[in-house]
Amino acid sequence: MADPAILQTSYILAHAPDFVRYGSKPSRELAVDPSLLEQLTASLRPWEEVVAYPPNQVFIGNLTPAELAEIPRPWFEHLVPDASPMGPFGRIIDQASLYGLMKLSDDFDLITISEGLAQEALSSLEGIFDDRLENITGVPLGEIEALVKDADGMALYHHGSLAGFMKTVLQEDPSLHAHVLFENLAAKATAVLAVSDLLKRGAVPPEDIEYLLNTGEEAVGDRYQRGGGSLSKAVGEVVGCINATGSDIKAFCSAPVHALVIASAMVSSGLHDKIVVLGGGSQAKMGMKFQGHLRNGVPIMEDCLASMAFLVGPDDGQGMMLRLDLTGRHPIGAGSSPQAIYQALVVEPLERAGLTMTDVDRYAVELHNPEITEPGNSGDVPKTNYRTLAAMAVMRGEIEREDMDDFVTEHGMPGFSPTQGHIPAGVPYLGHAHVAMRAGEMTRAMIVAKGSLFLGRMTQLVDGVSFVIEPSPGLTETNIE
Amino acid sequence: MDLEDQENVSRLAEGSATDDMVVILGQPDAGSAGLFAETVTRGDPTWAGPLAGVPLGLPVYHILDPEIKEQMDTELYQEHVGLMELTADVDDILRWVKHYRDGGE
Amino acid sequence: MNLKGKRVVAVGEREGVTGPSIKLLAESAGAEVVFSVTQCFV
Repeated sequence: MADPAILQTSYILAHAPDFVRYGSKPSRELAVDPSLLEQLTASLRPWEEVVAYPPNQVFIGNLTPAELAEIPRPWFEHLVPDASPMGPFGRIIDQASLYGLMKLSDDFDLITISEGLAQEALSSLEGIFDDRLENITGVPLGEIEALVKDADGMALYHHGSLAGFMKTVLQEDPSLHAHVLFENLAAKATAVLAVSDLLKRGAVPPEDIEYLLNTGEEAVGDRYQRGGGSLSKAVGEVVGCINATGSDIKAFCSAPVHALVIASAMVSSGLHDKIVVLGGGSQAKMGMKFQGHLRNGVPIMEDCLASMAFLVGPDDGQGMMLRLDLTGRHPIGAGSSPQAIYQALVVEPLERAGLTMTDVDRYAVELHNPEITEPGNSGDVPKTNYRTLAAMAVMRGEIEREDMDDFVTEHGMPGFSPTQGHIPAGVPYLGHAHVAMRAGEMTRAMIVAKGSLFLGRMTQLVDGVSFVIEPSPGLTETNIE
Repeated sequence: MDLEDQENVSRLAEGSATDDMVVILGQPDAGSAGLFAETVTRGDPTWAGPLAGVPLGLPVYHILDPEIKEQMDTELYQEHVGLMELTADVDDILRWVKHYRDGGE
Repeated sequence: MNLKGKRVVAVGEREGVTGPSIKLLAESAGAEVVFSVTQCFV
């Protein structure tokens, strides 16, 4: 039996200010009050500020979560000097590159872009993605104006001006309306880059990948099976994973952690050797808290799509071992109070291994950037979760009540992830954990995700899943040498 | 509070006398508890839903309120709320919910 | 506020106390829960 490990991580932020208006919340509010658009547009950030925004620098690996904790709030006023869009395990791309990726990922002529945007996309993508570039073609702006006037679909903007069109495939099929296809294509395109970067970074030929597990929440399908489709093979095809098959795992925010456990089990059983777990950006979540941001006079910070990819395979001596004997699960009968959830996800697996809560160096929980959620009175979600964990440790007699703040500092971290649905729950930390383990600074981390199953109105249940990672023995030996 | 839930609360409050109704909140911080308390007393402050500009004036309490806690089953309370009692800023939450319960002026 | 016999609207939150938890507790105090919901902010 092979020991499964997470071998590589990859994260992408795609700055897409002109997509914010099509987020679910902004589009509903703009339908009621179109004059809001001016205010919304005026509160968007330029590229330089998005790149230099400290939480974004943490997301791609140029800053550590611990370094972020030292930067005073508000972070949007404490930009990182000379910030690079390239990081050790991620990168930030601009909107032209995103349009280019969407265009080259589009197999059904769904999206039309202007000649000018096509040119800009091609030059922006240089050195980022170099396949299928011949698909990035544009049409004269007049043709786009005509489509907007006469065809079913939605206008697309770049630098605030009309620059493209997304078509509705069938008016009678809500699953194939332009805004749904736009969400799906944005998720596909951002996932394509995350997977491509992942394989390049790991020097893994795409044809070596055997299985793909998409974890995004987009509903790909048509009127007969809304959400029943899959993005896994669609993404793998663009990246050249010709020997891979795949399927999608759906569990709201906890899907990526489920998928990493499943992928590890596939490796452990010998079913597949090299597996990619991926998730594209969530267009619907863009600008979700924009009203709170406008009310408080802060920039609209949900201006990026985020995507990610992880390579899972037999331990190569350089990865993070995923301990299948230490996974946590939230059974249906466990109850949905925070203590019931954390008992099931954290305490139970640790107890099984004879470990205490303080034996885990770092917990990665819901890592939503609090600067995004607080202006809308949604609180600091990571902090609430870490305090809950600390209280569990108090109740178990592992720490004193007055040591709770220290536990939060020592075993937690500030939230740095954009509020992109399935992206923030635990997994944004994997890149940082890998760096810390390579440096010999960490022996054990726990990745914990929760999912709000009740949102779909089919159950009152919540979901949850967790796993423990430890450095590969190979990593430790490298350090000793 | 999302629109569907505002609609439900609005309908319940409209359908009959509200003097036997109580709203009980379970948010973990003062900001969000205050927002919901405000919504069911003075109306939706975000002006997004059916309760925008509708001052229902419902009595609203947080589950951490001792007045509420003492009426509930002790064992169940410990199981479902015990952890939050340890972690939340109880005074801050209760102050904000009371602020709106008392009229929010 | 005596909860006995009151009609309770339970507005819970995933990271705090959920709607079903508030419902259970309100019922233990003799109230009738007419509406229960759990919010998720993220």
